[in-house]
Amino acid sequence: MKILLVAEYREGKLLGTSAELIEFTVRMDAQAVMFLVGNKQNLPQFDGRLYLADAAQAGEFNPAVHKQLLLEVIAREQPQLIAFPHSSYGWDLAPRVALALDATQFSEVVDVQEGHLIVPVCNAKLQRRMKAETEKTVVTLQAGAFTPTQSISATPEVIDLPVTGAGDIDFQGYEAAAAGGVDLSKAKVIVSAGRGIGKAENLEMVANLAKALKGEYAASRPVVDADWTDHSRQVGTTGQTVAPKLYIACGISGAIQHLAGMKKSDFVIAINTDKDAPIGEVADVLAVCDLKQLIPLLTEKINAQQA
Amino acid sequence: MNILVCIKQIPDMESRFKIDAAGTWYDQADLAWRMNEYDEFAVEQAVQLKEQLGDADLTVLSIGPDRTKEMIKKALAMGADRGVQVADDHSHLHDPHTIASLIATFARQHQFDLIFAGMQSQDRGSAQVGVLVAEMLGIPSLTTLVEFSYTDGTISAKRELEGGARALVSCTAPALVTCQLGLNTPRYPTLPNIMKAKKKELLTIPVGDLNPADPQQKTISMAFPEKRGSGLILEGDASELAERLMRILKEKTTVLV
Ligand SMILES: Cc1cc2nc3c(=O)[nH]c(=O)nc-3n(C[C@H](O)[C@H](O)[C@H](O)COP(=O)(O)OP(=O)(O)OC[C@H]3O[C@@H](n4cnc5c(N)ncnc54)[C@H](O)[C@@H]3O)c2cc1C
Ligand SMILES: Nc1ncnc2c1ncn2[C@@H]1O[C@H](COP(=O)(O)O)[C@@H](O)[C@H]1O
Repeated sequence: MKILLVAEYREGKLLGTSAELIEFTVRMDAQAVMFLVGNKQNLPQFDGRLYLADAAQAGEFNPAVHKQLLLEVIAREQPQLIAFPHSSYGWDLAPRVALALDATQFSEVVDVQEGHLIVPVCNAKLQRRMKAETEKTVVTLQAGAFTPTQSISATPEVIDLPVTGAGDIDFQGYEAAAAGGVDLSKAKVIVSAGRGIGKAENLEMVANLAKALKGEYAASRPVVDADWTDHSRQVGTTGQTVAPKLYIACGISGAIQHLAGMKKSDFVIAINTDKDAPIGEVADVLAVCDLKQLIPLLTEKINAQQA
Repeated sequence: MNILVCIKQIPDMESRFKIDAAGTWYDQADLAWRMNEYDEFAVEQAVQLKEQLGDADLTVLSIGPDRTKEMIKKALAMGADRGVQVADDHSHLHDPHTIASLIATFARQHQFDLIFAGMQSQDRGSAQVGVLVAEMLGIPSLTTLVEFSYTDGTISAKRELEGGARALVSCTAPALVTCQLGLNTPRYPTLPNIMKAKKKELLTIPVGDLNPADPQQKTISMAFPEKRGSGLILEGDASELAERLMRILKEKTTVLV
């Protein structure tokens, strides 16, 4: 089997996802070629043919043009499978390519089992084993699901792609994530509040537990989106990545985008009323309980102990 | 201005799921159903746009079984003018391409200037339907939006990227946008608006009328993932749990001195 891997590039830099794409081809026991809209100074470590279009001409974000370039490479290479990272770049571009190819798409593939692709359902509480009924297949791969087992050091054989066409979206540049606030990466203990806290006032309870443990408090995305605290305290793919000695997740279900930001913590305690919550996958201890009852009691005991 | 919002009904994610008899999807019985979270942002943004423009006509469309009407009524109470249920008891078995083909057929019949969809559905999470609809219609699509504005036929928006950075993008209508969490704060329907919504039009179209595309994929089986976590599950009353957590903190971590 031949797979076309679509690497990512942003703000003049290659993104780190190409190694995971390569690991996927290893798991599929397939041959790989790669596609990148990027630049020559910044090539992925890859032993194979790399089709390269210049980002200065094609635009870093220009889906209609990137699609057209990809379709040309696909016509030349005839891969059976086209693999993207499941990222803001990949989930935007993949369906455009799939429709043009009459190919089916599997999104957020997490595993390969006996040659079949596995995708998550309902916050990864369930999963499905899929079968394509089209000649070609497009996939997007969940970040972190195909961690490379060995590092590759190789120089690709570069094939230049000329850029034509303009696209239908005007891209004006980037806005950086709001800077400032707390640096969670230094905290030894993080107590994190999720939507399960119910209302803004209950954040104080979580902050108090963090204080008792001489740590910082943090939050999942809905708590930040609701303006109960600021973005600098958000843990996850669109927030900070942390690895404290202790992470206590309070009322957090454990969506993949949250786990991506905290799964490297040394010890994880989850407090959740749902015994099946996916946070259980990464938690060393899951206390099945209403956080409003448990947190104050625990805080009191810790304060008594520390006194 | 003619606006369409695509909304999907999904089960509460905190449910205890069971696998259905065919072994390919979750059992639909005994679940609490609600509007896909991402679609609530889509409805809210469309209603805000209607308020901004004054003369706009807002249709919400959902493909699903009879219970879908409850969710459509919520969207009507939030401010949509008209609801359309594409009646289909088997919508959960369709792949994203088939769902998109139904929406595209409907959209071609009505010439919308702007289509809103969620970035993804919470149960299937494919993040495909919105982009597929736009591609089928041959109009531009902007995905994963956390900011949206519309002036004189131009959509200016911010797409969210990893790490919380944003890309500034724009395009001209007709177009489709997909909504990410945090785009706005969806309103709660008020009682007077719930009453008003009862008088709004709610059409039902049989799915067969919209030429569903043939399936492109098949589910071989559905299963619970193998538990990788070797985590300890503690159950009991709060004071007992606090006691046990204290012991664990002392024995397994170095945070208590
Ligand atoms: C592109 C993208 C990027 C994202 N980036 C991030 C990110 O950076 N960070 C992030 O966190 N999310 C991110 N998300 C959102 C993510 O998918 C989830 O929606 C989010 O993490 C859910 O937050 P939550 O666990 O707090 O809420 P929910 O999923 O609603 O979970 C609430 C939990 O609280 C429990 N609960 C309820 N009441 C109680 C109680 N009284 N006591 C104890 N437990 C209770 C429930 O059982 C449930 O498990 C992103 C999503 C997308 C699509
Ligand atoms: N059955 C459906 N009826 C109406 N809209 C849908 C349906 N399924 C998906 N959508 C729309 O497509 C978006 C993305 O869904 P998905 O591709 O399944 O992740 C959703 O947020 C909805 O806006």
